[in-house]
Amino acid sequence: MLTKRIIPCLDIKDGRTVKGVNFVNLRDAGDPVELAAQYARAGADELVFLDISATEEKRKTLAQLVYQVAQVLDIPFTVGGGISAVEHVETLLHNGADKVSVNSAAFRNPELIDQIAHKFGSQCLVVAIDARQIEEEWIVHLVGGKQPTTRGLFDWAQEVAQRGAGEILFTSMDHDGTKNGFANQALAQLSELVNIPIIASGGAGKPEHFSDTFQQGSADAALAASVFHFGEIDIPELKVYLQNQQIPMRI
Amino acid sequence: MEVAIVDYGAGNVQSVQFALDRLGVQKYTLTQDPDQIRKADKVIFPGQGAAAAALEKLDQLELTEVLKGLTQPILGICLGMQLFCSFSEEGNTPGLGVFPMKVQRFPQRVKQPQMGWNTIGKLDSPLFKDIPENAYMYLVHSYYVALAAETVATATYGLEYSVAIQKDNFFGVQFHPEKSGPQGQQILSNFLNL
Repeated sequence: MLTKRIIPCLDIKDGRTVKGVNFVNLRDAGDPVELAAQYARAGADELVFLDISATEEKRKTLAQLVYQVAQVLDIPFTVGGGISAVEHVETLLHNGADKVSVNSAAFRNPELIDQIAHKFGSQCLVVAIDARQIEEEWIVHLVGGKQPTTRGLFDWAQEVAQRGAGEILFTSMDHDGTKNGFANQALAQLSELVNIPIIASGGAGKPEHFSDTFQQGSADAALAASVFHFGEIDIPELKVYLQNQQIPMRI
Repeated sequence: MEVAIVDYGAGNVQSVQFALDRLGVQKYTLTQDPDQIRKADKVIFPGQGAAAAALEKLDQLELTEVLKGLTQPILGICLGMQLFCSFSEEGNTPGLGVFPMKVQRFPQRVKQPQMGWNTIGKLDSPLFKDIPENAYMYLVHSYYVALAAETVATATYGLEYSVAIQKDNFFGVQFHPEKSGPQGQQILSNFLNL
């Protein structure tokens, strides 16, 4: 049986992990390679690296980092953040990334989705969508959720699926950072509308939030950052908890 | 031992190379040269993306007949395994025809692609030495190979299908052993030790 996935997300700046990380037994908590290996050993099903470096210069550091991570990591990982061209994708995949995640650039230039899917296959393309509710309607936001658009979440999600996205990473800006649970209603609606896997993001605080998003939100995977980095939720314990809730888990 | 990884522009070859590095394999080459492939002790045939485009590249490189004619163990991974089959619904293209099965699209009732970790069972190949029934492997695919006499492991996603196939020296796995943790690594090692 296909299992639901637990995905820690690591923010990367200039080749280093940002946000405090509260892992014991790490020589260098800022080293993404070591952190990635630690998460793989803990039973993470996949990892996402989100590069928040702004400049082209720094992006070269990212390609090197991807290479180093791929050398040690024996589980799949996705790289996102500022990808706006087919050449960026090519570099990252060649250095060993399994998937890339595109967000604002895909919204501004939807053809990019078709181009990446055509050249490298849908299996390596995650389209990330950030949205928040404005007057009861889910509206797509860009630039890390800062810039509102006029496009509805569900409408855009259907378009990205049609254009060849292999997966959607949906972050609710309303839930992100609250630790009050994922946007399960919107997630369930997304799963009804598109026939590609959906990763839930934003709002993880407790193990129950994960079972809720898999059961009520029909999410295929759940992504979180701080609850894992700060050790608030232990991945092996979380997976046992979820398995006890009859949610298929790789243990 | 010489290992050749077939490099025809349609596979995640970097991950396969790193997996061989982790296994301590000293001599492997990334190659599209027919002679080098023919003389290797083991051949790994990765693949990702669309079937028709991949077959076209194999034809351009004049590798189609080379691969079909190999007598040493060859391991097709993911699309590589699917290309071994007789026909693919993906682009409606004939495959290499080493195996008689067809490659079909998953039914619409399941999300596509299947993405993530699934269990493999009914293990019946030296590839799975020391691998327990229902081990988890990482998979990403929208098309599947139906059950057949050549099936040596199955998985279920909407229906039960061939997650590994074997005929003579030809081995195919739908999952990514290079991305499936220590047990995936073990399967690669088993192949190299055949």
